[in-house]
Amino acid sequence: MTQATRIKITDVSKIYQTETKTVEAVKNFSESVKDGEFVCVVGASGCGKTTLLWCLSGLHPATSGTVHIDGELLTKPLPDRIGMVFQDSNLLPWRTLIENIELPFQIKKKPVNRELVDELLEVAGLKGFENSYPGELSGGMKQRGSIVRALAQDPEVLLMDEPFGALDAFTREEMNLFLLKIWERTRKTIVFVTHSISEAIFLADRVWVMSPRPGRLSRIVDVEFARPRHIDLQFEPKFIEILKSIREDVEGSKSGKGN
Amino acid sequence: MATDNLADKIPDFNSSGGKQGGNGPVDVSAIAGIRRAKGIKEIASVLALAIVVVTLLEFILIWSNTEAYVFPKPTSIIQSLFTDFSTLYWKPLTQTVQTFFMGLIIGATIGLALAVLVTLKPGLDIFISPYIIILVTTPMVALIPFLMLKFGFGMTPRVIAISLATGPMVMINSATGFRRTNAELIALGKSYGATEFQLFRKIRFPFALPMIIVGFMVGSIFGLLTAVGAEMVGGGMGLGNRLIYFSSLVQMSQFGAVLVIVATFGVGIYSFFTFINRKYASWDV
Repeated sequence: MTQATRIKITDVSKIYQTETKTVEAVKNFSESVKDGEFVCVVGASGCGKTTLLWCLSGLHPATSGTVHIDGELLTKPLPDRIGMVFQDSNLLPWRTLIENIELPFQIKKKPVNRELVDELLEVAGLKGFENSYPGELSGGMKQRGSIVRALAQDPEVLLMDEPFGALDAFTREEMNLFLLKIWERTRKTIVFVTHSISEAIFLADRVWVMSPRPGRLSRIVDVEFARPRHIDLQFEPKFIEILKSIREDVEGSKSGKGN
Repeated sequence: MATDNLADKIPDFNSSGGKQGGNGPVDVSAIAGIRRAKGIKEIASVLALAIVVVTLLEFILIWSNTEAYVFPKPTSIIQSLFTDFSTLYWKPLTQTVQTFFMGLIIGATIGLALAVLVTLKPGLDIFISPYIIILVTTPMVALIPFLMLKFGFGMTPRVIAISLATGPMVMINSATGFRRTNAELIALGKSYGATEFQLFRKIRFPFALPMIIVGFMVGSIFGLLTAVGAEMVGGGMGLGNRLIYFSSLVQMSQFGAVLVIVATFGVGIYSFFTFINRKYASWDV
């Protein structure tokens, strides 16, 4: 059974021009993501993984190359098809949780999908906190809230930029389980950027390993652990084996070029 | 695990770049953060201290046989405030209040509009900023003699001077507030397809509101300063003029009373904007 290609990345390069230098953040990146697939992008700091994600969002066009979403060339953000989650929850502090979740509906001038919002809040364990301000919520709750906000738009693709990077280890594990739970339910196509290799292996169907300067795809690892996955998966020999081999890749790419 | 590398930085959509965060060149926002007394006990002790200070001053003046023209007694000032309020102080007070508010409204409107303009068109910034800096740093009272030659002794020259004193303050703080907006928040709005206007209304403006309120507060205080200063220069109106008048007649109780009224006005401005800040921008700590 072959799944349709959801995202097709063809020869994407992104060059940032600063006042003092030119940085090739991403170079000749080509890959595709299937419908309903969970892809994690890992790599050392500065390998261009965030840049790649922004190119996929349509917010920050690639310098060259193309991105197709469902066969359609991406030239601008697609609010109804792509959802974004950032490292910071980016909940507006002057709005309550529910008002934050309603914001995208207001921007799009569409009625709020109460049923979906309720269901998502339930899964996220945020029932009863709808009228709390972000300042009153924990880091994990805020981030779950921002995921609910993105998913309430029912996008086909969810782009996540180190969404759990700012959370402590325990909360992070909890969030990983939450994300898998919600993904297994909704089967969105997810591209998830992280610098935690174990997080990537735990979550993904496939891991894209990137090497820095210029940022390019150095390796693709298929992760074939059965789902639903249990948190103890990370102690299994096979898991550790994959972890080690990716780790060597990432380390090698960092020191190998002497830069 | 933050990185200094450009590739992992959040791309900045604001072409004016690198100006986010921090406060404007005139950082007086600390005035908005002064802690206030809480609870009856604290308030009572603050009031008690004030009464002690004033009483002590009264007794020192009595014991040292200080003449009223050197330093008026607090009691004589209070007495004058009560007995002469409607006859001596009410009219100049209304004159000052009127010019102050007219100047504030005109100045703040223009200031806010300019702040919006430079936010939407960042390129204009470099052309407008030099004038704003000049207006902020030059005491607008200095313009009064010149403005009086042009516009006579009525309200006009003072209203102009007050708007010139308040406008740039409102503008500088508001523009800083608008720029302070997190690039990720803007990206978020854009990813939902928000228009420039929606971004402004839903994200930039509420985000900037605390700074705008501070701009209004500082602008108003500068405005009051200019209002009273301008009245002292000439024109025969307002509280500033009364200060000159009573001191030249060595009527120091009345002079003190006017001073108390001016100070109350200033504290009133501060309290008003602190209240507004708590009500509409309490999320910003």
